[in-house]
Amino acid sequence: MSSQPDIGAITALRKSRTLGSRREWLVILNRAARSRRGAIGLMLTGLVVLLAIVGPVTAPHSDVGPVTAAFATPSSAAPLGGDVLGRDVLTRVLTGGWELLTIAAAATALGVSAGVALGIAAAYYRRWADGIIMRIVDVFLAFPQLVFALLLVSILGPKSWLIIVAVGISHTPQVARVLRSVALDVCERDYVKAVELMDTPSRKVMAGEILPNLLSVVMVELGLRFTYSILIIAGLSFLGLGVQPPAANWGLMINENRIGLVVNPWAVIVPAGLIAVLTIGLNTFTDAIARASLGVDRPAEEMVMATGIILDRSA
Amino acid sequence: MTTAAQQQSAGSGPDGARRSVRAWSLRHPVASMVVVRTLLGVLTLFAVSIVIFAATQALPGNAAYAVLGHSATPQRLQALEAQLHLNRSLPSQYGIWMSGVLKGNFGTSLANGQPVSSLIGPRLVNSAVLVIGAGLIGSLFAGGLGLIAATRRDKLFDHIASVVALTITALPEFVVAIALVIVFAVNTLHVLPAVSSIPQGTSPLSDLNALVLPIATLALVIAPYIFRMARGAIIEALASDYVEMAELKGISRKRVLLIHALPNSLPPVIQVIGLNLLYLAGGIVVVEYVFNYPGIGAALVDAVSNRDIPTIQFLVLIMAAFYVFVNIGTDVVTLLASPRRRAAR
Repeated sequence: MSSQPDIGAITALRKSRTLGSRREWLVILNRAARSRRGAIGLMLTGLVVLLAIVGPVTAPHSDVGPVTAAFATPSSAAPLGGDVLGRDVLTRVLTGGWELLTIAAAATALGVSAGVALGIAAAYYRRWADGIIMRIVDVFLAFPQLVFALLLVSILGPKSWLIIVAVGISHTPQVARVLRSVALDVCERDYVKAVELMDTPSRKVMAGEILPNLLSVVMVELGLRFTYSILIIAGLSFLGLGVQPPAANWGLMINENRIGLVVNPWAVIVPAGLIAVLTIGLNTFTDAIARASLGVDRPAEEMVMATGIILDRSA
Repeated sequence: MTTAAQQQSAGSGPDGARRSVRAWSLRHPVASMVVVRTLLGVLTLFAVSIVIFAATQALPGNAAYAVLGHSATPQRLQALEAQLHLNRSLPSQYGIWMSGVLKGNFGTSLANGQPVSSLIGPRLVNSAVLVIGAGLIGSLFAGGLGLIAATRRDKLFDHIASVVALTITALPEFVVAIALVIVFAVNTLHVLPAVSSIPQGTSPLSDLNALVLPIATLALVIAPYIFRMARGAIIEALASDYVEMAELKGISRKRVLLIHALPNSLPPVIQVIGLNLLYLAGGIVVVEYVFNYPGIGAALVDAVSNRDIPTIQFLVLIMAAFYVFVNIGTDVVTLLASPRRRAAR
């Protein structure tokens, strides 16, 4: 590189590239949604999300008061029958998804943004910052995600904000590892070096130059972690350690009603099916995003998809 | 090799001990990796123990009050504070707990007053049976399917297997477990027990029927990842130059696949199996709870419901230790299984 960089040319180059990358996420989403996989995933997810949003408004009965006998079979008053306490299963199905979705979305946003920030910072600053961040990441990786959430709710009790924080933090180390390993390469590119020569503050280099080039990875992480958030949060409710009864929640419903599986299986099958359709849809759409932006075919990338962890320690 | 080591260590001064350590680590790459990683692992576990302590005992507010809740009388609060040493400073509370752990004394359960280690010991064996069973069955099953899918790339079997794998990946363990219970235990067929509680003092292997559904659930949940990795790695190996060379030499297709392609695709598959064993450490929590199986996962759920601090601390520490050492084990096995990596050192 010459000692006198052509500032004008660099600025022009940068403008054209940043403008392009601002639309990049829309392009990727569009391409993903048009693929067969993506369309199926989007449709499945959309159906469940719609049900969760419209459900509370259209619910025919109260979600906490008894309507039928315990585990009553489906009737015209209660099309999906009654649950363990004789409450209307349909009503509880309609009202039990909203909270799961919002808590999962908040936990995902928190965990992924923290992970992205830490991963990029580690890759950009290198040296001691990298060492410290990655050692902390190693410590938190040693907790299975559900176990970490259980640990945090064990003493303070299950509160919405605490579940959001616990699940969010449990995503952060995994996201940070993935982002660090892909950011290492971007940090070495010429346009990053060029902007550095212009005395751009490091925060702006990371947010304005490095992050836009990792957009596709961030999008895949968002999809993946959103799926995992739903799995963990529904799992916590299933264990009876999520948001507390009597409010309806699909995970809790499965657990409450499984003793009546022989009498009224719908009280279990419907919430379990909805969680399954939601996570399958999200996972399929995430897979379509990965295919649209990364081109998943080699084992290394299969690995990102499969576990969200790139094998960077096996050199 | 030795001269390079000597030249390197010459820069750090005439330090005989350091030089011989370096020479030893060059001659024994695997052993030195085990030593270094184990030391780092122990350090990590110390940091983990601080996080566990902070989450259970160092939270703002009175932990004793949180444990007792509405049944808190001044006497009971005082007794509990004394038992958990809550009246001391945080560092000394941590010190008391850690020095106990190092001596093998993990404290007394708040739920029934017994030592935590004697409560959890038999449950550890039960959980190990689940993890090993699910790991073995899941790996063999998924690896086999991956091999078949790779040799029939883009044919019908491959497509179906890939879509099924993607679908199962997205399912929570409890949904898989409940689906198996509905089909095999309660609603459709009645061939397996829906509950797998094992009487205290009996081996989990004495009633194999009770193990089928929990192990099947866990094996199904880990299988898709191993399947995808095995398929990808074998496809990559089959596209390599040495496989083409072997085919040109006229070696049979079966022999090319089993002797040439398969061994070279093992390292990434071993890595993903290791990752899934790690996942099982968390997966057993839900699955043991569903089947009422007396392992450490179900014990953790009980302990969290009862706010049994010493038991929670011990169980989470065990799970983290499992993670750290399985991680090291996976890397060692990967290193041993990859000829190229061994030669590079």
